[in-house]
Amino acid sequence: MIVAEAKPLDEIKRLVADAEKILVVGCGTCVTVCFAGGAREAAVTASMLRMAGRLEGIERQVTDVTVQRQCDWEYVDPIADQVAAVDLVLSLGCGVGVQALVERFPDAWVVPGLNTKFMGVTLEQGVWAERCAGCGDCLLGLTGGICPIARCSKQLLNGPCGGSIDGHCEISAETPCAWQLIYDRLAGKGKLDALLEVQPPKDWRPARHGGPRQIVRDDLRLNEAEVGQPAEQEA
Amino acid sequence: MRENGYLSGSNLERVLRAGRFAVTGELGPPQSADGSVIREKAALLQGACDAVNITDNQTAIVRMSSIGAGTIVVQEGLEPVIQMTCRDRNRLAIQSDLLGAYALGMRNVLALSGDHQTFGNHPAAKNVHDIDSVQLVQVIADMRDKGVFQCGEAFKGQEPRFFVGAAAAPFAHPLDFRPYRLAKKVNAGANFIQTQLIYDIEAFKGYMEKVRKLGLHEKVYILAGVGPLKSPAMARYMRDNVPGMLIPDAIMERMSAAGAPWAGKEELSKEDKKARSQAWREEGIKITIELIQQLRAIEGVAGVHIMAIEWEEAVRPIVEGAGLLPRPVLEPAA
Ligand code: SF4
Ligand code: SF4
Repeated sequence: MIVAEAKPLDEIKRLVADAEKILVVGCGTCVTVCFAGGAREAAVTASMLRMAGRLEGIERQVTDVTVQRQCDWEYVDPIADQVAAVDLVLSLGCGVGVQALVERFPDAWVVPGLNTKFMGVTLEQGVWAERCAGCGDCLLGLTGGICPIARCSKQLLNGPCGGSIDGHCEISAETPCAWQLIYDRLAGKGKLDALLEVQPPKDWRPARHGGPRQIVRDDLRLNEAEVGQPAEQEA
Repeated sequence: MRENGYLSGSNLERVLRAGRFAVTGELGPPQSADGSVIREKAALLQGACDAVNITDNQTAIVRMSSIGAGTIVVQEGLEPVIQMTCRDRNRLAIQSDLLGAYALGMRNVLALSGDHQTFGNHPAAKNVHDIDSVQLVQVIADMRDKGVFQCGEAFKGQEPRFFVGAAAAPFAHPLDFRPYRLAKKVNAGANFIQTQLIYDIEAFKGYMEKVRKLGLHEKVYILAGVGPLKSPAMARYMRDNVPGMLIPDAIMERMSAAGAPWAGKEELSKEDKKARSQAWREEGIKITIELIQQLRAIEGVAGVHIMAIEWEEAVRPIVEGAGLLPRPVLEPAA
């Protein structure tokens, strides 16, 4: 899932400073699971903004709504009227959600309420960790299912570096060394041979270094007649 | 290989090829644009080392560039080993810098991953790591041996012909994998290896035994890293904080014992402190000399790499004490 964290309230207050009517939009998917931007957080944020406004002597109208998935037109379209009725939308979706609202409602002013962190897992309640950096050309088949791009501090393909000690990375005792994990995993499976080969430099084009990414699947696209009108989001 | 049989013809390569026990030193560029610092340090190392490593933003602290400082070192008649990390440059910058370094007369490169930027004075920096140190070794070797850039395009003119070095951390983890990681660097094309600081000779002997089993000592020149300790506190700090730094108790005790005459005193005068520091440093140099002698006796150790950063004065007495002066003067490669 995409893991995000609430922005500090002071920053949010600055972002919404000029608005009198605010709609807080939560998202029911990833950010609900990581307790950052679901229905509960949207309601709490809305009431905090109302309170903060009152303390500053501003009577603000703050309402909240949560959609199932803020990154899908299908789910955001139904809130079009609510969006049109306010001066500002505070999105508690991830960065994708924020931009989906901007693209779908170009007249609205949308600001982010979260800092989007990474794609990761919940290790235990209240602890999330990064697992994938979306490099576009997955290497997990070479490394026993442990990602050196997202989890090695230097993104080494021929690790571990000389900083690996007692299972952790040189950057801190709290950061597991991805290459120690890879080593242990391959050793456990009797596949250490895989580590002897020199891995060549990675092609980073699929990893955004070739420019912003987009996937087009002609097998899935609707033809113009079916679409009826050209879809806005097409490049 | 060229007609004269040398890969690069660097002094370091010639010394090693001649079967002489090599000595490399280290020169840390200043955190300033002052070239005189380099000249002063070069004078201290001149004649004591076959080549000196010029560090590349060591510990991720911005310093004069290794190639800039290396140029001054070349002018001073000393041979540099340019350190090149993968932290600060992508494959374009690395290759173009190496072309410049070669044109300026540099002939040795040491390929490194680079300390993580969070350790340094620009912790908010974005790191690069486009390629890693093993791949960098391959890139530099391919430029020389295949005459191609990393992308596969052939050189249209002079290709850079470097003697390619890599680092080894024998006691970092996973311990069992370390000889194999060295093998990867050798397979990638490393010609010489400089190890992390060695204080634990027994542990290093164990490592070298595995290295020899893999036959690596016959394919690559291994220079064991040594460095003089300045004080018991420095020894403790390194032992406790630097990954893979093994310092045996016997050495810790020797460092403390060197300061024993001042141990019970209530308050140390400035002179006392100076004398104690002097005693520690002398012991540090003595230990280093003994380590070099022990390392020299290990099969497969082709030389030593003396790291005395910000204490370049210590290098000559160490090399002299170890009986390694004068350094060989060899006919330049044709
Ligand atoms: S290799 Fe790439 S795609 Fe696969 S998990 Fe890592 S970052 Fe994600
Ligand atoms: S210590 Fe491990 S995780 Fe950290 S940079 Fe080195 S190989 Fe990567």
